[in-house]
Amino acid sequence: MDKQLLLIIFLSSPLLGALIAGLSGRRIGDKASMAVTTGLLFLSCALAWNTFYQVTWGSWSERFTVELLPFINVGDFQSAWSIRVDTLSAVMGIVVTTVSALVHLYSWGYMSDDPDKPRFFAYLSLFTFAMLMLVNAADFMQLFFGWEGVGLASYLLIGFWFKKPTAGAAAIKAFVVNRVGDFGFALGIMTVFWMFHTIRFETLFPLIAAKAGTTWHFAAWNFSALDLAGFFLFIGAMGKSAQFFLHTWLPDAMEGPTPVSALIHAATMVTAGVYMVCLLSPLYEYAPNARGVIILIGAVTSLFAATVGMMQNDIKRVIAYSTCSQLGYMFFAAGVGAYQSAMFHLFTHAFFKALLFLGAGSVIHAMHHEQDMRKMGGLWKYIKITFVAMTIGNIAITGLGIPFVDWGFAGFYSKDSMLGVAFAAGATQPLGYFAWVVGVFVAGLTSYYSWRLAFFTFNGHARWGHDAHDAHGHDDHASHAQVETHGEPDAGHDDHGHGHGDHKPHESPWTMLVPLIVLSIGAIASGFAFVHYFVGSGQEAFWKGAIFTGANNHVLEQSEHLPVWVGLAPLTAAILGLLVAAYVYLWREGLGAKLAARGGPLYTFFYNKWYFDELYQVVFVNGAKALGDVFWKQGDQKTIDGLGPNGVSWLMGQFGKGLGRLQTGYIYTYAFVMLIGVAGLVTFALMAWVR
Amino acid sequence: MMPSNLLQIAAPELILAIGALALLVLGAFRGNRSTLLVSILAGLVLIGAAAAAAVAPLGPIFRGGFVSDEVSRFSKVAIYLMSSVALLLGERWLNRLRAGQFEYPVLILLAALGMGMMVSAGDLISLYIGVELQSLALYVLTAFRRDDGKASEAALKYFVLGALSSGILLYGASLIYGFAGSTRFVDIAHAVHTTAAPVVLIGLVFLACGLAFKVSAAPFHMWTPDVYEGAPTPVVAFIAAAPKLAAMVLFARALLEGFPDAIDQWRQVIMTIALISMAVGALAGLVQKNLKRLLAYSSILNIGYALMALSTGTQLGLQAMLVFMVLYMIDSTGAFATLAALSRDGKPMETVGDFAGLSQERPTLAIVLTVLSLSLLGLPPLSGFWGKFYVFKAALAAGQWQIAVFGLVASVPAAFYYLRIIKTMWFDAPAGRTDTPAPDAQAVAVAAGLWSLPLVLVGLAFLDPLAALAARAFGLS
Repeated sequence: MDKQLLLIIFLSSPLLGALIAGLSGRRIGDKASMAVTTGLLFLSCALAWNTFYQVTWGSWSERFTVELLPFINVGDFQSAWSIRVDTLSAVMGIVVTTVSALVHLYSWGYMSDDPDKPRFFAYLSLFTFAMLMLVNAADFMQLFFGWEGVGLASYLLIGFWFKKPTAGAAAIKAFVVNRVGDFGFALGIMTVFWMFHTIRFETLFPLIAAKAGTTWHFAAWNFSALDLAGFFLFIGAMGKSAQFFLHTWLPDAMEGPTPVSALIHAATMVTAGVYMVCLLSPLYEYAPNARGVIILIGAVTSLFAATVGMMQNDIKRVIAYSTCSQLGYMFFAAGVGAYQSAMFHLFTHAFFKALLFLGAGSVIHAMHHEQDMRKMGGLWKYIKITFVAMTIGNIAITGLGIPFVDWGFAGFYSKDSMLGVAFAAGATQPLGYFAWVVGVFVAGLTSYYSWRLAFFTFNGHARWGHDAHDAHGHDDHASHAQVETHGEPDAGHDDHGHGHGDHKPHESPWTMLVPLIVLSIGAIASGFAFVHYFVGSGQEAFWKGAIFTGANNHVLEQSEHLPVWVGLAPLTAAILGLLVAAYVYLWREGLGAKLAARGGPLYTFFYNKWYFDELYQVVFVNGAKALGDVFWKQGDQKTIDGLGPNGVSWLMGQFGKGLGRLQTGYIYTYAFVMLIGVAGLVTFALMAWVR
Repeated sequence: MMPSNLLQIAAPELILAIGALALLVLGAFRGNRSTLLVSILAGLVLIGAAAAAAVAPLGPIFRGGFVSDEVSRFSKVAIYLMSSVALLLGERWLNRLRAGQFEYPVLILLAALGMGMMVSAGDLISLYIGVELQSLALYVLTAFRRDDGKASEAALKYFVLGALSSGILLYGASLIYGFAGSTRFVDIAHAVHTTAAPVVLIGLVFLACGLAFKVSAAPFHMWTPDVYEGAPTPVVAFIAAAPKLAAMVLFARALLEGFPDAIDQWRQVIMTIALISMAVGALAGLVQKNLKRLLAYSSILNIGYALMALSTGTQLGLQAMLVFMVLYMIDSTGAFATLAALSRDGKPMETVGDFAGLSQERPTLAIVLTVLSLSLLGLPPLSGFWGKFYVFKAALAAGQWQIAVFGLVASVPAAFYYLRIIKTMWFDAPAGRTDTPAPDAQAVAVAAGLWSLPLVLVGLAFLDPLAALAARAFGLS
């Protein structure tokens, strides 16, 4: 078949599914909507793999763009709906469609009790379409369209259970925080357009080198123009990828159904920021200061999120902070110039993080929508497949592997690669060393919280007996300082014929297990299968110029020749983290609870997420409210309304009353006014004429 | 020199004069039983006069004291027809109050005769005679319900202040005559053309003040609210319409024929009067609770617009003034007809509060009053909008954008009081049951409403060229 047609089918089938399920879901019924969306998604997924194969090893070796329709054409501002095909978009395409297809399938089981299935599947497909638009964009405008489209879908899905007030609040929070990022993103696009008079990547990228070093004078400073553009664009990436300062929405986004968390808030949408930075590598290569900011923010995010993740008790929140932390890794890798490593980790991370989320979903499903790990324990006997899958995911994320033989699960390769390049970059960019130190430390923390999650959930004593389960949901620890993710609605579970007290955790249906198994394979194999192509010696042939590397940028090659201890450090940290977790949660079970109960200052600080929500509440929310109050009461009501409409109408009323008072009813007053009028007019007339 | 067609030229006024006298005799002999007959005959006389005016030959007669031209023809037809509407409204209304008398139609005829004289006045003498004839008839009409204290008070005020204004007018006329040595406008224009001494201009200001009283322009408007409130509603409908047009045309003729070379001087006076009228009309109307007083201020405001058109001194301005006045007359008559149609327990409804919730009980009249209010407010595409459109266009064409802007601003507070009527009718709780509306008044109101919305769009196609033709009479640019 014609490749153009294939690409169009690839891109439009999720949209078609979304339209069918969204517009006529009620008419065609739940089953049909689910079947249509899932089927179309699998079709799209197959075509994505085909594209990837063709681009990498097949006949589509040249990068190309298929233009579909004009979008906005105003002067230099030319934008078209198009499909850009290169290795970058192909890699991202398989990530998006594979995870999305599996999540669709998984949702058959997970959402089986939900009354709004067509809406859910329509949203999922809509999200996938928007994400593919973003990924295959050939200019900034379509990129922005996709960017906002996934934001919309994310908003809709976080607030899917809109009857829960917390879900609505979380959806709004995600939307608002992303607006901040999007503002920066829009500024970045404008900066680029102002500088280059084009927003098409194809025409833009060759122009960049010539503008390197251009500065703008503004308010007594000289700004490097490209750094400024890069910085603004990165603000957009920070919002979408939940980086430090703009991360607050991601943990709250766990209010959405778990499949959504797996698809949007782990594997795809949140990585859009990383993808954009890699896509714009031709720009960032000439913007060293902007890259410095990226390294710094990335490293700090990874540290911050890991410290917070250690203390959380909600199974999904732990994974959410883990995602945030891993995204930080990707950013500092991109920041040091190893976009390939960032993309590699994005790729492997999508598999194991989706696996972890779906595994967590399976646990939650088994526990009848219980998310608090303190009410779990000893589950491995009941849900063995989930247990195995989650363990595989943990091994992958903590980067365990066998050194010297150079064999391990997915994370082992990608994380090593990222830390390696960071260290290698340290020679020229001191922030590289900083990132490396932080990265190794965080690898330990990652290992600790990941295994803590596993041991807490699957091993030890069951803490979900009669006593713990009397009050279903989370009402019984409402006294905690922190608002945790609120239980998912479990309509329908009571119909199963068993009360809450005496049920046993049960393994999930096959629709949920199949995705777990497929993703487990990905988590195991995506590392060693692709390391050669993504970051190894085959990378140049693989990327085919989709990622631009500056003339002085050799971090990837240098990372191959590092001292041995550099390569061993992350693994050592990971094993240490594993041992600590095992000590606290396996061998001395109950120690963790005791430590938490003691609540040292560090614990409180981490447990409360570094008090970011509180800080933002005080500074931005209350500040904005106070400012709004001032503008409203002083500015609008008193000044504008007071002097404007209300003041003028008052004044007019006064005039009217004054004139009314003149209307005494006495003839002599009237005559007097008339004579005054005559005298006044004569005077006025004479004065006017004499002049 | 006397043209041979003297009788034809003076035919409309002759018909009115003879008709009025004959009907007076008829009434005197037959008493009040003949009221209906007299009314019908008076209506026929008015229509006959209008027809005669429409076909009257052009030219000055009586040594230039009486002029027949396109302006006078246009205005006379309008004035006589509007007078017949007032006749229709008043006769039944007074009958319902058991105050019907055969003098009413006769007085209307005499007032119409005075107005005919005014629009045809070619010198200061006929100007004064026309004004006084019309005014005396109106004074009496105001006091038509002698047993009503308010009406009597209003009539007395009207009469005394009218006398004062006549004095002012006459004083101005004497100054002008003393300067020009002639009372004819043509001779005055000639004298002013030669030398424009301040004394004649002072006389002009006095003359303008006297006429401003007749059109109820501020600051000579003080009588208006009291008279409107006190006088019988159909009489107010009459006072508010035809005499205003007559006085405006007279105003225009005196200024444009008598002082064409002093245009820069009198323009400022007229503009000042227009500005004050608009301000007073817009602002004082805000605090009125009585609908008739409110409409009085509305008429002051609208006269401000008409004077704005006049102050341009151009042909376009004159045309705008004529169109505006005709459209305003219809709106105003319609509004007063609505008031005349409505009563509660036999008493007229006059305050704004009386109209609360009218839309539920009398939807037809509520719609009519809504349309007329919106029209007076100047909402497109209602007739009031077109009137203002002509005026503003003329003002802008003459380069007087400042006054046009002021006019626009003045219409903002005015919009408030028109909208308040609408709001009261449609959104307030009903104030109680009303009597069955009088069919005749309701018919007039509905006709005015229909004119205001759809018919004006067709009617303008005829009105526009007629007014343009009339405006050409003064030979302006």
